[in-house]
Amino acid sequence: MTSPAYPITKDNDGRSIWRFLMSELRPKGKWLTPFNIISIPIMLLGLGLIVFRFVNGIGSVTNLTQETPWGIWIGFDVVTGVAFAGGAYVLTFMVYILKMNKYHSIVRITVLNGFLAYVFYAGALLLDLGRPWNVINPIIGNSFGTSSVLFLVAWHFMLYMLAELIEFSPAIAEWLGAKRAHKILSGMTIAAVIFGITLSTLHQSGLGALYLMAKDKIHPLWYSEFIPVLFLVSSIFAGLSMVIFEGTISHKVFSSQISEKNHKAEKGILHGLSKICAGAMFAYFFLQLLVFIHGKNWDLLNTPMGYWYLFEMIGFVLVPMILFFYSYRTNNIFLIRLAAILTMLGIILNRLNVSVIGFKWDAATHYYPSWMEIVVTLAVIFTEIWIFRWVINRMPVLRESPKWAKEAKH
Amino acid sequence: MNIDRRFFFKTAGLIGVSLAAGKSFGANPSENNEIEFRGILYDASRCVGCQECEKACAKAHELPEPEDEVKVGVLRKTSEKQRCVINLYNTSKGETFFRNQCMHCNEPACAAACLTQAMHKTKEGPVIWRGDKCMGCRYCMVSCPFDVPKFEYLSANPKIQKCDMCYDRISKGEKPTCVEACPGEAVISGTRRELLAEARKRMAENPGTYVDQIYGETAAGGTGYLYLSPAPFKEVGFNPKIQDSSYPALSKGFLYSVPSVFVLLPTLLLGIHEATKNNQSKDEEND
Repeated sequence: MTSPAYPITKDNDGRSIWRFLMSELRPKGKWLTPFNIISIPIMLLGLGLIVFRFVNGIGSVTNLTQETPWGIWIGFDVVTGVAFAGGAYVLTFMVYILKMNKYHSIVRITVLNGFLAYVFYAGALLLDLGRPWNVINPIIGNSFGTSSVLFLVAWHFMLYMLAELIEFSPAIAEWLGAKRAHKILSGMTIAAVIFGITLSTLHQSGLGALYLMAKDKIHPLWYSEFIPVLFLVSSIFAGLSMVIFEGTISHKVFSSQISEKNHKAEKGILHGLSKICAGAMFAYFFLQLLVFIHGKNWDLLNTPMGYWYLFEMIGFVLVPMILFFYSYRTNNIFLIRLAAILTMLGIILNRLNVSVIGFKWDAATHYYPSWMEIVVTLAVIFTEIWIFRWVINRMPVLRESPKWAKEAKH
Repeated sequence: MNIDRRFFFKTAGLIGVSLAAGKSFGANPSENNEIEFRGILYDASRCVGCQECEKACAKAHELPEPEDEVKVGVLRKTSEKQRCVINLYNTSKGETFFRNQCMHCNEPACAAACLTQAMHKTKEGPVIWRGDKCMGCRYCMVSCPFDVPKFEYLSANPKIQKCDMCYDRISKGEKPTCVEACPGEAVISGTRRELLAEARKRMAENPGTYVDQIYGETAAGGTGYLYLSPAPFKEVGFNPKIQDSSYPALSKGFLYSVPSVFVLLPTLLLGIHEATKNNQSKDEEND
């Protein structure tokens, strides 16, 4: 391969690539938007707390105890965040493997969303590590803990980030005007997609498998040997609901970037996605039912945790599933969006029930997150949105690719 | 397409190799091993609660000497500052002292959970923690059914604290410091086989003294720490939910499915991709 720097400098209208990058780093548009006013102080506070945490130890900012070693930084940031990032593998499967071209216009933004989610939520994992300087140990091979589910998950995170970066890289090449790199990177898409789907299948289920050894610690209504399968199936509609939710916001915020054709296509896309969500949720609900009957836990239903379980299963699985079905039949876009939000709440509820709420549910003192854990979590999310916005305002993610890139495809 | 496939097989191959290594699962007590697992037998009927073992343990591992008193109704717990504790329980057989620390499982969940092999089942039997490998993820704490590993939350360079059966002494052929400190021979050390034989002998020679169970013979797949007790084990602080089979076996099925998925799924996806290739133009019309 030739050095990519050479074609980039030459291709980009003869301008110096460094001057181009410097100009792109500057903010575009207004500064004092409501989002910025809210997010900047939280991000600064979060940064301060992170520094504080590295100086004084994890216990100085979190409410973690010897009995509950994993709090919301793992249960929400990582376990829930990765489920929401599942949209990327589902959509690439639909578009590149099944050739459902209807969804092609939303692939890039979904992959970008997924990629950033992994970067930031796996990054949040580093905040939770007590001895982060040893994080290279499972990577460089001086001590592979191959019997560990976490080892598998960690490797898959890294490889999947690489796969998603390759899937997204044509957009970066188009932004930089690098025609040769664009050609090479576009040629790698299918390989990255197949690799990425395989990795996602294994680590989405792997996140559930992490909890298999904590058999006595998780409430029996949420623990079963099927956690990996349930996590995998729910990641499908978790990811797609995120796509619907994020698409709704993007269509408002970045409206000017979206072509008229794609604006019109939005309804059809939402319609199609609601059908897939409904189907996946039906499968998931049925699986949950089987697991419940198999577990013979009828007596547990009439306890506070049992009501909580029913609340999740009926209110946040069955109801949004019916809503998805109904809105698909009646073509009601508002209901699709409502169902997507309910589904996302249900996923948060489910992942937290396994990892935080149902974990050591019978302990004398229960873990709840400190305000500092919440601020750091919010700071991570806001930083991700900032980067997301920065990329969308510069690269052809929502807007059409430049002419030369389109021509190269045919 | 050539580039795609080459890239794909190269990457898939690399992962395949690294995952195939995953087959050596956990630490198995193997019969043809010349070294036998060593362990410790605690006999609650002989323990007088003098806390000499606690003090010796604290001294040997540079931890603060425990100052709180052992009494009924106060449950003392192991912590990042204390690796073993004695408690006094009011049981159906009267007041009984009982000791808790790492169980040194034959197939430890913590070691199977550890992604850097920082938690390690040594061939001599003790489960030890190795700071140069640990990245502080605390997955061992999530996985351990006995809640043994303790983490120094208030340190910028946190360590995991747990009993290591005085591995440095054991590897030199010496007794663990708590065994040496015990004035009443309530804790004795030896190979696991010898200790089980000794426990059975004591049960046979003193009928009615003990409940009919050696805790650790089967719990969690067998542990290096063995217990004899005059009172039922659930009355002296043991979690009755703990299963008799090994904990790493719970995630075995998932881990074993990984290589198959890694080979079969890409093949399937590639097949569908090839099969749908020609439909592309048709699809565009339909949509």
